[in-house]
Amino acid sequence: MVSDSKQRTELLSGNEAIARGAYEAGVKVAAAYPGTPSTEILERLTSYEDIHAQWSPNEKVALDVAFGAALGGVRALAAMKHVGLNVAADSLFTIAYTGATAGLVIVTADDPGMHSSQNEQDNRHYARAAKVPMLEPADSQEAKDFVIEAFRMSEEFDTPVLLRTTTRISHGKSPVRLGKPRPASPARFERDARKYVMIPGHARLRHVAVEERLERLRQLSNTTPLNRIEMGSPDLGIVAGGVAYQYAREAQPDASFLKLGMSHPLPDDLIREFASRVKRLFVIEELDPFLQEQIAALGIEVCGKPASMRLGELDARLVAAALGEESAPAQPLADLPARPPVLCPGCPHSGVFYVLRKLKAVVAGDIGCYTLSVLPPLEAMDTCICMGAAVGNAEGLERAFAVAGDERPVVGTLGDSTFVHSGIAPLIDIVYNRGTTTIVILDNRTTAMTGRQDHPATGRTARGEQTRELDLGAMCRACGVDDVATVDPYDLEALEGALRRAIAAPHPCVVITRRECVLLRRGEERAPARVVEEECIGCGLCLTLGCPALSAEPGGPRGRPRAVVTREMCAGCGLCAQICRHEAIVLEQT
Amino acid sequence: MIRPMNVMLVGVGGQGIILASEVLCHALLGAGWQVKKSEVHGMAQRGGSVRTDVRFGTEVHAPLISVGAADILVAFEQLEALRYVHFLRPQGLVLLSTERITPVTVLTGPYPYPADVPARLDNLGVQAQVINAPELAARAGNPRTAGIALVGALSKHLPVPAPKWGKAITGLVPERYREVNLDAFRRGRRVGAPALAT
Repeated sequence: MVSDSKQRTELLSGNEAIARGAYEAGVKVAAAYPGTPSTEILERLTSYEDIHAQWSPNEKVALDVAFGAALGGVRALAAMKHVGLNVAADSLFTIAYTGATAGLVIVTADDPGMHSSQNEQDNRHYARAAKVPMLEPADSQEAKDFVIEAFRMSEEFDTPVLLRTTTRISHGKSPVRLGKPRPASPARFERDARKYVMIPGHARLRHVAVEERLERLRQLSNTTPLNRIEMGSPDLGIVAGGVAYQYAREAQPDASFLKLGMSHPLPDDLIREFASRVKRLFVIEELDPFLQEQIAALGIEVCGKPASMRLGELDARLVAAALGEESAPAQPLADLPARPPVLCPGCPHSGVFYVLRKLKAVVAGDIGCYTLSVLPPLEAMDTCICMGAAVGNAEGLERAFAVAGDERPVVGTLGDSTFVHSGIAPLIDIVYNRGTTTIVILDNRTTAMTGRQDHPATGRTARGEQTRELDLGAMCRACGVDDVATVDPYDLEALEGALRRAIAAPHPCVVITRRECVLLRRGEERAPARVVEEECIGCGLCLTLGCPALSAEPGGPRGRPRAVVTREMCAGCGLCAQICRHEAIVLEQT
Repeated sequence: MIRPMNVMLVGVGGQGIILASEVLCHALLGAGWQVKKSEVHGMAQRGGSVRTDVRFGTEVHAPLISVGAADILVAFEQLEALRYVHFLRPQGLVLLSTERITPVTVLTGPYPYPADVPARLDNLGVQAQVINAPELAARAGNPRTAGIALVGALSKHLPVPAPKWGKAITGLVPERYREVNLDAFRRGRRVGAPALAT
């Protein structure tokens, strides 16, 4: 391990390194909405005493706050997953015109391979579309260093800077040399309506400044050490950035490389120089042919990966294959049962989707753990598009069903955090347009899927401080929904009653199913369930709940299997006992 | 450049793979190696199949292990050993826990849980060492230390001086769980075979 004796080295994920970089760069305000693979950036930032780090209701608010802070004179950062930038894009495209007073860096964490995402969009396109610079680190050390450079660049060029990671950079760990934080000296906000008030007359002038800035950034891209030529054999030259560079280095250790740390604007002169020094020029990049098409547009002969490799992640072997190396890799075994992620034992969502399936409802779903209810055995969800979409989707479905004479009930379901993120405006839409849609807010008192982060309706900040709790019921009533019911999703009878009534009602309804996420209740003693063997008829109804603590074993009546509760996993929610029609499952006495 | 060594840890979300891989990485760093680790957070962690890649050497670039390139596959669960065995290189080693966790597709569907996983690995020509990690953990006094017992077995196969492991565990585990984890590690290390020639 190479280590300067004065510098401490730590094993950090890319996300932790970004937070460290922000700290060393003197960031004072950071805002984010949780989203894999970006979540840990803000979580880590809360550990630095002199940084105000906050969860915002959604990514657009986070960016607006960060921009405001940068305008006010302190360095600021906003972090989000790739699809979060779609939400924040409206702000991005115009703050690209205004610039700010102090540095502003926006982190976008892309998810090639969709480990925990609904699409695999390539956010490099945003840098080009918004005409702002983009930096792409290739390991944790660069993640930290590039954040510091991004702030310098932001202030020198008066532009927001996008820092793009991908899952393997965000969640990959490698050693990082720690540095000292820069002494912070806030700048003063000066009123300048022509720069910050984007009425058309002002914006036209700013667009000129943006185009001029882009030209200066292009010159920087040609000279910055972030873009560098590493000459090896002249037979093969590879252009790559981010994690793709690492795969390519591994696959072709002897080749020459143009390593791109700044992927927008591209260093055109440097690319021309590199192309002239190698016999064959290849681009290795994940997802879209972003670099390849721009290099080809420079009139340079360049090869890229086959179109099939626009999908998913690369690795060293796939890169070798793209470069034409023959290989016949071992195939995975074909006959194995899959192991999809599942709702936890005791998950408060399970019962809701059990009932919705029983009611044969068409369910507009949303982003969160509860999306797992689409998988067997629940199979209770019909759509999942993006944050907050369930509400508007359900409204639209209901209107179409009215036209088509389709009698099936429609329900929109979304989590508490998701509702606050972007479910409120469409709820207003239902009321405003005289709809009658039923919306279920799955209120588990946290942002569960990303690792249990607080949000406005939990009453705690990112640092765990008490704050004014957003009252979800009052919020819905303020939107004009008069019929708001709160039920315990562990009480299936009450739940079914509330849902039936809401679906039948000739007005908009919200049913809030309120019960803390089971992962927040670890250590809570609840009596586990037990199967009364002589009563179990082996019907398997309890298994349709999809609880991982329930299974079947041979030995039931008439050659049927018998239900078994795995005691150590059981959370004691009692849902299976309520579902069983033969009183064959009971909760033990504590 | 010496080829990096590749260790893949696989199992089920919630089995403690993240802590085990942290211990592994810190021990390797303590021994002076360059290290890269890659894992996935978020949706996959909800009881799904999970994988963590650890690569170390004098120089490491790619964070992911390619198919057919893992030197050691540490399987925290038996079915998951079969799911990732194609990542193993020829003459690679599987450290196989006896733990079996039935996936929901077996509970509610027609798929059987594979019978006799060690025999199946043997038929594939794969060298596997079976470790009764749940029992080692129970003897240490906490069933949740099974992963650290596996790290103990793994430690016998890696170029890391013995004291670095204890130091890594001490640095990463909260004090009240420290002794039980150190005990589980030692029990695993005792049953781990000596290093293979590579």
